[in-house]
Amino acid sequence: MLRRLMTTGALALVLSTGMAIAEPAKVMIPANPGGGWDGAGRHTMAAFAQSKIFTDGASFTNKGGAAGTIGLAEFVRTSKGDDNALLVTGVIMVGGVITNQTPVSLKDTTPLLRLTNEYNAIAVPANSPIKTPQDFIAAMKADPGALSVGGGSAGGADHVMLALLAKHAGAPVAKINFVSFSGGEILAALGGGKIKAAISGASEFRQFAETGRIRIIAVSGPTRVDGLNAPTLKESGIPVEIGNWRGFVGAPGMSEAAKKTWLERFAKLHQTPVWKETLKTQGWEDAYLPGDQFAAFLKAEDASWSSALKEVGILK
Amino acid sequence: MDILSQLIGGFAVALQPMNLFWALIGCALGTAVGVLPGIGPALTIALLMPITAQVAPASAFIMFAGILYGALYGGSTTSILLNTPGESGAVMTALEGNRMARNGRGAAALATAAIGSFVAGTIGTLALTFLAPSIAELAFVFGPEDYFALMVLSFTSVAVVMGRSMVRGFTALFFGLALGTIGIDTQTGQTRMVFGTLELLDGVSFTVVLVSLFAIGEALYVASRSGTVPAAINPLAGGSWMTRQDWARSWKPWLRGSVIGFPIGALPAGGTEIPTFLSYALERRLSKHPKEFGHGAIEGVAGPEAANNAAAAGILVPLLTLGLPSTATAAVLLAAFQNYGLQPGPMLFATNPDLLWGLIASLYIGNLILLVLNLPLVGIWVRLLLIPRHYIYGGIVVFALVGVWGLSTSWMDLLLMCGLGLIGYVARVYDFPIAPVLIGLILGPQAEIQLRRALAVSQGDWGVLVSTPIATMLLSIALVVLVVPPILARLRSRPKTEPAISTG
Repeated sequence: MLRRLMTTGALALVLSTGMAIAEPAKVMIPANPGGGWDGAGRHTMAAFAQSKIFTDGASFTNKGGAAGTIGLAEFVRTSKGDDNALLVTGVIMVGGVITNQTPVSLKDTTPLLRLTNEYNAIAVPANSPIKTPQDFIAAMKADPGALSVGGGSAGGADHVMLALLAKHAGAPVAKINFVSFSGGEILAALGGGKIKAAISGASEFRQFAETGRIRIIAVSGPTRVDGLNAPTLKESGIPVEIGNWRGFVGAPGMSEAAKKTWLERFAKLHQTPVWKETLKTQGWEDAYLPGDQFAAFLKAEDASWSSALKEVGILK
Repeated sequence: MDILSQLIGGFAVALQPMNLFWALIGCALGTAVGVLPGIGPALTIALLMPITAQVAPASAFIMFAGILYGALYGGSTTSILLNTPGESGAVMTALEGNRMARNGRGAAALATAAIGSFVAGTIGTLALTFLAPSIAELAFVFGPEDYFALMVLSFTSVAVVMGRSMVRGFTALFFGLALGTIGIDTQTGQTRMVFGTLELLDGVSFTVVLVSLFAIGEALYVASRSGTVPAAINPLAGGSWMTRQDWARSWKPWLRGSVIGFPIGALPAGGTEIPTFLSYALERRLSKHPKEFGHGAIEGVAGPEAANNAAAAGILVPLLTLGLPSTATAAVLLAAFQNYGLQPGPMLFATNPDLLWGLIASLYIGNLILLVLNLPLVGIWVRLLLIPRHYIYGGIVVFALVGVWGLSTSWMDLLLMCGLGLIGYVARVYDFPIAPVLIGLILGPQAEIQLRRALAVSQGDWGVLVSTPIATMLLSIALVVLVVPPILARLRSRPKTEPAISTG
C-alpha cells in the first residue's frame, strides 16, 4: 500500500501539465508512516507552510526499511539534480549505510543541515516486572536472549544502544535479542506485551505512555525529558548516551543556488515561534547545524559509528 | 444512547452546506484518483495538505474522508473493464469482474461493486461508530505469530485461484515469492538477489509487476490474436443492470466481505489486500454456482469489493482511537490532524467531539454521495468496451509505460516491465494464472517478517506458532481448507472425474 505513495512523481507530472502551479518540495521519507523520520519530514514541511516561509507545498514518499538505506538508494537513484528533492536523514541512516555496506551512501547526496536531536527511551508494557533501568540491566544479565527488545532497523541507533547496554551489563553482545520493526507496529507489539521492551524515540512512546498502555523506564539523553516521568540512564549509573539526530540532505548534484535557497529557508524557519512550538510538542531538542559544519559533522559521525559498530560486534 | 446523541450532533456538523460541499468535492476527487491506476488516496490527501492552513478542521477531514472512500469506489472500474487493477486491493476483483465484462455483463459487475462498496462502507462506518474502542484492542492482541497464521491461511486460500493445474498455479505462486525476496532484507540489512545492482536494492515495485503482468501481458495477447478474434462483444449483451438473480447472489457476499474486511483492516499490519483474498476464497467455496467461478461469477466481485471498503473503514479505527496509523493513508491523515495541533486518540473524543463526530457522520453521507455519483457512471464506463480492443490496449500500453516511468523514472523498471510483460503474455498463452504471482509478492515478504519476528521473540522455539488461541485457530482453519476439499472430492467423485475450472 505504501507503493501508492511512490506515485508522487506521476501526479506531479499530471499536475504540472494541467496547470502552472509552483513546484512543491519532494520529500523522501526513508521510513514507513508513523515513525520518527515520518514526523520529522511532515512536521518540518508543515512548519514551513505555517510560517509562510515555503508555501508551495510538499509531496511525501515513504520508503521504509533497512535503516533508511532503501529510501536512500531510491532517493539517489530517482532525484539526481532535482533542486526541490529533499531526503530526511539521521544517525540511523549513517549506521545503516555502514552495516549494510550499501553501494550508495550519504556522500552521494548534498548535505544541508542537522535540525533536531531526540534522545531514545526504553519502554516496557504497563504490567512488566521491569520497573527501573537497573531491572532492565539485571534482566539482560540473567538471560539476554529471553529479553526480546523491539527497535528500528538492524544496525540502527536502537540496536547499538541495546548492544551498549548489554556491554555495560556484562552480557554477551552476540546473545542480545533485537527484533526489528518499521513504523507504528512496534507500539502495538509493545502495548500488547508481544515483546518485553522497546527502544525508540521518546516522542514515539509519549502518547501511549500518557494513556497508560506502556511505561517509559529511562531516557538516553544527558537530561530528563519534560513531561516524561523517567530518569536518564546516566543518573541511574549507566554510562550510555545515544542521541537520535535528524536532518535533511538534498538530491545528488543539487545546484549551489538551490542549496543556498534551502539553507536560507531553514535558517529563517529556525527563528520562528512556529518552529519552537513544533520542537516543544514533538519533544525534539534544537540541534540546528547548517551547511559545511553539517558536512564535517557527517564525516565525523561516519568514523565514530564505524568504530562503535565494530566494538559492539555488529560489524565484523 | 450517548453515542447516538453525539452522532446526531455530528450530523449537524456534517450537514452544514459548506461541509456538504467539501464532502462532494472529496467524493468526486476520490472517484477520479481511484479510476486512474497508480494514484491513490494517500498521495492525493498528502498533496492537498496545504489547505489545512486555510480550511476549518471539520471541513478538511470531511473532504479527506470522501477521498479515502471515493478511491475505493473508483478502484474497481479499470479492474473490471480492462483487467488492469489500479491497486492491490482490486486484484481479486479483476478475476471475475473482467470475465463478466467480457460476457457483456460489465454493467452488472460495476453495479455490484458500487453497491457492495456502499453496503460495506456503511457497515464499516456503523462498526466504527459503535465498536471502535473494542475493535481497536485487536491491535494489541495480534502478535507476530497471529499475523503469520493469518498469512498462512491466506496462502492456503490461494489454492482456489490456482487455475487449471496445481503445477501451473504453484509455479506462478513461487515466481511471486521469488520476486518478493529481491532487495534489502529489513531484519538483517543484508542484500538478497540483487546481483550487485543498485536499482534492485529497493526490491521490485508491486505496481510494476501489477501493471506488467496484467496490462502489458493482456495487450500483447490481444495484439497476437488480433487477426483471429471475432468482432467486439456488445457490452450490454447481458443486460445493462443487475438482474433479480444478481441481487440474490450479491447480498450475502457483500455482508460476508464486510465482516471479513473491517476487523482485518483495523489491524496495524492488516491492510486491504488480505481481506479480498480471503473473501474471494470464501465466496468460491460457499457459492451455489462454483462452476461459474473463473467465467464471471458475480459473487467473486461482490465479496472482495465489499471487503476492501470495509477494510478502509477499519483503518480509521486504530487511527482515531489510538493515534496509531496502520497504512500510508492513515499516516497522512495523522499528519493532517497534527497540522491542526490535534493528536488523535482517546483524548480527542473528549476535547473535540464536534470534529470527530462530524467526521464520522460525514462518512455516512459520503457513502451515499458516492453511490449516487457512481451508479449513473456505470452506463458510461461500460461504453468504453464499444471502442475496438486494439485502440483501447494501445492506449493502455502508453498509459502503463508513462505511469511506470513517472513512478520512479527508472530504466530498470521499464526493462522489468518489458520482461514481466512478456512473462504475462506467455502466462496467458499457456494458461498460467496471474493472481498467484501477485499474492506471493504481497504475502511472501509479510509472512517472512512476521515469522522471523515470532521466532526471534521465542528464541527459535517453533512452538510459538501455535502458542496463542488466535494463531492455533487460524492455522487449524488453514489445515481444514487444505485437507478437507481434496478428501471430499475424492469420496464424492470416485466414479467420474470432474474437470477443474480455470481462473485465468
